[in-house]
Amino acid sequence: MKSEKELEEIFEKKLANNEFIEPKDWMPEKYRHHLIRQISQHAHSEVVGMLPEGNWITRAPSLRAKLVLLAKVQDEGGHGLYLYSAAETLGISRDEMIEALHAGKAKYSSIFNYPTLTWADIGAIGWLVDGAAIMNQVMLQRTSYGPYSRAMIRICKEESFHQRQGYEIMMRLALGTPEQKQMAQDALNRWWYPTLMMFGPPDDQSPNTADAVKWRIKRETNDQLRQKFVNQTVPQAEFIGLKVPDPNLKWNEAKKGYDFTPPDWNEFWRVIKGDGPCNKERLAARIKAHEEGKWVREAAAAYAQKHNKEMLVS
Amino acid sequence: MINTKDNQGMLWEVFLQKKSGQPFIHAGSIHAFDKEMALQNARDTYTRRGEATVIWVVPSHTIVSSTPEDVGPFFDPANDKIYRHPTFYNIPDAIKNM
Amino acid sequence: MNFQEALFKYLLILGDTSLILGQRLSEWTAHGPFLEEDLALTNIALDTIGHAKTLLEYAAKVENKGRDEDALAYFRNGREYFNVKLVEQPNGNYADTMVRQVFMDAFRYHYFKALCNSKDETLSALAQKAVKEVSYHYRHSSWWIKRFGDGTEESHHKAQNAINNLWRFTGELFTPDESEKIMEEENIAPSLQSIEYLWKEDIQNLFKEATLSIPENTYMQLGGKQGIHTEHLDYILAEMQSLPRMYPDAKW
Repeated sequence: MKSEKELEEIFEKKLANNEFIEPKDWMPEKYRHHLIRQISQHAHSEVVGMLPEGNWITRAPSLRAKLVLLAKVQDEGGHGLYLYSAAETLGISRDEMIEALHAGKAKYSSIFNYPTLTWADIGAIGWLVDGAAIMNQVMLQRTSYGPYSRAMIRICKEESFHQRQGYEIMMRLALGTPEQKQMAQDALNRWWYPTLMMFGPPDDQSPNTADAVKWRIKRETNDQLRQKFVNQTVPQAEFIGLKVPDPNLKWNEAKKGYDFTPPDWNEFWRVIKGDGPCNKERLAARIKAHEEGKWVREAAAAYAQKHNKEMLVS
Repeated sequence: MINTKDNQGMLWEVFLQKKSGQPFIHAGSIHAFDKEMALQNARDTYTRRGEATVIWVVPSHTIVSSTPEDVGPFFDPANDKIYRHPTFYNIPDAIKNM
Repeated sequence: MNFQEALFKYLLILGDTSLILGQRLSEWTAHGPFLEEDLALTNIALDTIGHAKTLLEYAAKVENKGRDEDALAYFRNGREYFNVKLVEQPNGNYADTMVRQVFMDAFRYHYFKALCNSKDETLSALAQKAVKEVSYHYRHSSWWIKRFGDGTEESHHKAQNAINNLWRFTGELFTPDESEKIMEEENIAPSLQSIEYLWKEDIQNLFKEATLSIPENTYMQLGGKQGIHTEHLDYILAEMQSLPRMYPDAKW
């Protein structure tokens, strides 16, 4: 038997060599907990994230748009599923994770606590929110935990159409009738700062970043990713004639990036603590689906039990 | 504790074969309450973009895995059996098709 | 009713039925009983709305008045919609949805299978693709009927209630509209009578296995194919059509 110290050295060496940690490998408890928290939070975000966009499926303004949005929301469900499975390899069940979400103990991305008020919000979510998510996810493909990394690789492959779908909606609106353009600008105004918040608090106020970077769970800091996002998004807005709602936005040649106004971090903490515009509605919708599905799951379990021989594998 | 009455079903591992002749590759996991549902859920989750022509589903708890402690005894001994590799043998260049 | 009018009307019956069913199914997305099933039902919604899109595209072409599939979907009133009443019934609980679905899946499976032999090439091509999709839908809904019927007391009760409530809408599937009769004579549409025979046999066998029963002496509610609907349809349309109706000049 190896001592804990030796095991920790092996673990550290693997990280240093850019090797992956697999489920059965020894890992420090802190690493395991950090991963469970991050992956389940990520999974919850995908599943709760189905709600604001799902809100417009029945009202999508063309059959093509309806099909695309259905496929996209479905992908998000799939991504939640991949991530729950990745977290399950760390010794937590999906039931436990769902219970933690419904009890208000587990967090999810605060962006989904904002309402989708117009069709343009569907465009803004795809373009901005998925755009921001993709930056995070591309980085996470190289995360140190094998199952998480594999889930992210699959997710990134599937997500590639999401941002394009959102931008296409925005483009059509921005180049459409005056009312449509107004709708697009209004959506950008409302979603810009909440999107910037998605990268998390500034590095000096982010308690978990240091560990996450050390363990190669995260490979870039919140502020680095946020800057990268602003740099890539501003020209995309300009291209379709929309204005980023920040009077202080300015190109800074010295840092080869934009200077920009940070989001209101008081709002960020308020939404995280449960007082965003839709926190209660989002959680209530998840709980309702879960409770109304209870008898369905029980029926399936009972049927399998009764027909044990044909239906189950001993 | 898993509540036996209400839960999300058993965990299954999904393997896909893209085309006949190719190996089955692990795609991920799903939850399902019975075999038929496991197959259908695997289909609906992992083959939405034409990833497979055959699906295997296996209850996760039936998989037997070696452990990290086995790495040395299991796999190191194979490293020095260089006579298992064709380059171990000296054959004159003049001999073809070997 | 001349041939072109009959074909147009016939395509609307098929297209509207797919569209309204797909619309109902898509209401479940993000609210399913568990994650895997949410994905499964969304796949079915996607296939079904896909059929609607193809059928309405073709209808627009046959009509030849400069409308496209979206104009047909978004700018017709309830009285101009010709879907069967069954598909506009509310989702209810998951047993209500699955019973509605198995009635439609069994029907569409045999219907599309027969439609593969249609004299109309566009329709036979559509049917050849659709029959594969629908046979998967059918497998999915049949299994749920078995699980509900032979699962718990509660699920059995819910499934039987759903059958008792929805059975009265099944007769319309097999009652031909004038346009369907014309299309059948032209060897474009299959005979609904032959489909009815296959459908009944399937449903009887399935329900027997699921320990569920078929209600007797039910008066069949007709009218959807003539645009006389239940009160549900206009709410579906009000929701679905709201944006294009609010901004009629806009392109999306």
